[in-house]
Amino acid sequence: MNLGPHADFIIASYAVTAFVVAVMVAWVVLDYSTLRRMLGGLEQQGLTRRSRRQE
Amino acid sequence: MAIIDLANPTRFLRLVDRVLPWLAAATLLAFAVGLAQAMNAPDDYQQGATVKIMFLHVPSAWLGMMGWSLMSVAALGTLVWRHPLADVAGKAAAPLGAAFTFICLVTGSLWGRPTWGTYWVWDARLTSMLVLLLLYLGVIALYWTADDPNRGSRAAAVLTLVGALNLPIIKFSVDWWNTLHQPASILRMGGSAIDPSILVPLLIMAVAFTLLFFTLHLAAMRNEILRRRLRTMQLMQAQSLAEAGA
Repeated sequence: MNLGPHADFIIASYAVTAFVVAVMVAWVVLDYSTLRRMLGGLEQQGLTRRSRRQE
Repeated sequence: MAIIDLANPTRFLRLVDRVLPWLAAATLLAFAVGLAQAMNAPDDYQQGATVKIMFLHVPSAWLGMMGWSLMSVAALGTLVWRHPLADVAGKAAAPLGAAFTFICLVTGSLWGRPTWGTYWVWDARLTSMLVLLLLYLGVIALYWTADDPNRGSRAAAVLTLVGALNLPIIKFSVDWWNTLHQPASILRMGGSAIDPSILVPLLIMAVAFTLLFFTLHLAAMRNEILRRRLRTMQLMQAQSLAEAGA
């Protein structure tokens, strides 16, 4: 594939997009695992949400 | 299951757990097809291979605007109907919309240099997109820095509805003012001005980016619900410790 004389601009565009998408995916995944771990820690201490107690 | 049942966060979380893997798989598939089509698309007769930047720039511009539209509906849900998930949806969409707007601005700048001869010009389309990014950052700041989450949510919802006025300005800026940016060439009267050999990859990439947005949005909404549960439990823990110490 020949990207012509402006290949740097095309490659930079795809690299920036891939980086931002990777940051978004990492943010969502790491945030989820952190929240799950913290919630699990509190539940292990015996804390339960009121709505959970009614279930 | 009725739509109203999804207003219950627990039911919503169950639905997200079921839907998310399929949505993620569809996103990957759409990107695989879209990127293959984009790489094999012919060069533009004027712009050459730089037209490949369009496959990133245009979908991210659409999603930057769609994110704010989604947040505007969520803001109405927060202020008018006090829907339990509306605020969650708005807060989760803000960083994603900001990220896609950022991609749009950077790829547009990188596309502008070889085609216009400049990275940036203060014309109506570019400036209104920059304003959209600043509005996103303002809403994110309101959500994340308010002492009282309810007050922060209401302030963010008001700013979102005021900021929605910027959406028609972005859309019609190329018609209302003389700009360096080209006028609408896909969604316009008389049909698309783009050849199908380039339009088809562009539409597939738009579908892929849209699927990515909704996959990340659902996952971020799930995180936000868990964050609120965590906050409630931490407050309960602090309260029980205070009572035990009294």
